[in-house]
Amino acid sequence: MRRPAFGETGIYWMLVMPALLMLIGFYLFPLVRVLWVSVMEPTPGLGNYALLFTNSSIHRVLLTTLRICLLTTAITLLLGYVVAYVMAQASERTQRWMMLGILLPLWISVLVRAFAWVTLLRRQGIINNSLMGMGVIDDPLPLIWNELGITIGMVHYMLPFAVLPLLTGMRGIDRRCLAAARGLGASRMQSFMRVFLPLSLPGVVGASILVFIFSLGFLVTPAILGGGRTLMIAEYISVQILDVVQWGVGTMLATTLIVFIFALLGLLARVVDMRRLFGAT
Amino acid sequence: MDGAPTASRPVRGLAWAIICFLLLPIAVVFPVSLTDKRYLSLPEDNLSLQHFANLFSSPEWLSSIGQSFVIACAATVLTVIVGTLCAIGCWRIGSKLADFVRVLMLVPIIVPTIVYALGIYRLWVDLRLLDSYLGLIIAHSVTGIPYVVIIVSTALAHFDARLEQAARNLGANLRQRLWLVILPGILPAVVSSAIFAFIHSWDELVLALFLASRAVFTLPRRIWDGINEQLDPTMAAVAVLLIVVTMVLLGAEMWLRSRRTA
Repeated sequence: MRRPAFGETGIYWMLVMPALLMLIGFYLFPLVRVLWVSVMEPTPGLGNYALLFTNSSIHRVLLTTLRICLLTTAITLLLGYVVAYVMAQASERTQRWMMLGILLPLWISVLVRAFAWVTLLRRQGIINNSLMGMGVIDDPLPLIWNELGITIGMVHYMLPFAVLPLLTGMRGIDRRCLAAARGLGASRMQSFMRVFLPLSLPGVVGASILVFIFSLGFLVTPAILGGGRTLMIAEYISVQILDVVQWGVGTMLATTLIVFIFALLGLLARVVDMRRLFGAT
Repeated sequence: MDGAPTASRPVRGLAWAIICFLLLPIAVVFPVSLTDKRYLSLPEDNLSLQHFANLFSSPEWLSSIGQSFVIACAATVLTVIVGTLCAIGCWRIGSKLADFVRVLMLVPIIVPTIVYALGIYRLWVDLRLLDSYLGLIIAHSVTGIPYVVIIVSTALAHFDARLEQAARNLGANLRQRLWLVILPGILPAVVSSAIFAFIHSWDELVLALFLASRAVFTLPRRIWDGINEQLDPTMAAVAVLLIVVTMVLLGAEMWLRSRRTA
C-alpha cells in the first residue's frame, strides 16, 4: 500500500479533531484544574496534602476504602474465575447464555441494582422478613448500612468486569496443553493447578487491578448501601464539595485518587497488553 | 468437544449459582413493583398496578423521564458523530500518534467520574452552564466517547482498507468515501455504539448530582432522591421501567451483532 501524502493525512486528522478538542477542552482541562485547585485553595501550598498524614477522619476513610476494595476485589476475582473457567470450556450455546447472564446486569442501571439490594437486605427487607417468618432468626440481621452491605453490592457490580478480561485470557490458553496433561496421567485437579492456573495468571492480574481501580472511585453503590455511616473516598469527596464546601480537601483527595490509579495502571501495563484488555484493537 | 477436559459438575453448578446471584436481585424488583401494599414488600393478597399508575400520573417523574430522554438523545448524537469520525481518522492515519490519541480517548473510562465531576462543575460555574441541558449534554457526550471509539475501532479493524483506497482512486472525495464506502460497512457497529452511548447518558448519576439541581432534574437524579428519602413501591415501578428499557436496547444490540457476524 502506498503511504498517503502529508495532505491526505491532514484530512484524516481533521476527522479526529472534533473529538480530540472536546476531550481536551471539556475533559482534560477541567481535570487539570482539579489538580490546580488542590494546591491553590484555601491557600497556595501543599497544606491540603499534609492532611493526608495528620487528619484522622481522612485516615479512617482511606483505610475503610482500601479494606472494602481489597475484599471486594478478592471475592469478585474468586467468583469471576469460576464463571470464566466454566465459560471457557462450555459449548458455544451454553457460553451464549452465560454471557447474557453477565452482560444484562452489566448494563442495568447501577441505581436499580443498589435499589434492588436495599429491598432485599434492609431490616424489614425480603431476606430478613422471610428468615423471621420461617423462625430461623428472632431479630433482623444487620445486612445493610455497614461494610457487609457495601461489599455485597460492590461484588455484584464488579463481577462482569472481572469475568470479561478473565475470559479473554482463558480463551487464549491452548486447550491441547490441558489435553496433553490429562493424557500424561495428570488428574483433573493436577492439570488445573499445574497447567491451567499458571497460564491464566496474567488475566487474573489484569482483572484484579481493573476491578480494584473501578472499586476505588465508586460512589453510587457504597453511598446507598453504606447509608452514610460507612464512608468511602468517593462519597467523602462529594460530601466535601456538596455539603461542607471544602474544595481544597475534596480536590486533594480526588488528585490522590487519580495519582494512585495511574500508578496502578502503570503496574498493569507491565503485566498485560492494556489495549487488549479494553478491546481496542 | 475436542477431547480437552471440561469443568466438573459441581464447578459448573457453582458457576450457574454465581450467575443467579447476578440476576436474581434484579429480578426481585418485578414482584415488588406489583405489590398491593403501600410499602416496599412482596405482594401478599393481590397483584396491583397502582404503583405504575402513580408513576405515569406523577408530573415530577414524567418530567424527569422526558428530560433524561432528551439529554440522552442529544448526547448520543454528539458522541456518535465525533467518536465515529475520530475512530475513522485514527484508523486511516495508523501512526503511533494516532494510536496514542485512541488510548487518550479511553481516559474517561479510567478516571473515576467523581473526580471529573469536580472539574466540570468548576468549569460550568465559570461558563454559566450549571443546571442547564447543554452542560449535562456535553459532559455526557465527552464521557461517552470511549464506548464509541472502542466499538467502531473494533469494526474498522475488520473493514478492508483497500475498498476506501479504491474509491479514492476512482475519484471519490472524502465526504463520498465516508458516506458511501466506510459508513455502510461499519453501520451496525455505529448503531450499537449509539445504543451504549444512550444507556450511558440515560443511567448517569454522578455528573447529574453535581451539574443538575432545579431546572434540570434527570431520572437517575430523582431515583437517587427517592432511595434516600421515601422508599415507596413507586421506586420499584421506576426500576422495572429502567430494566425493561435496558433489556430492549440490549436485545436490539445483540440482534445487530448477530447480523454483523453473519
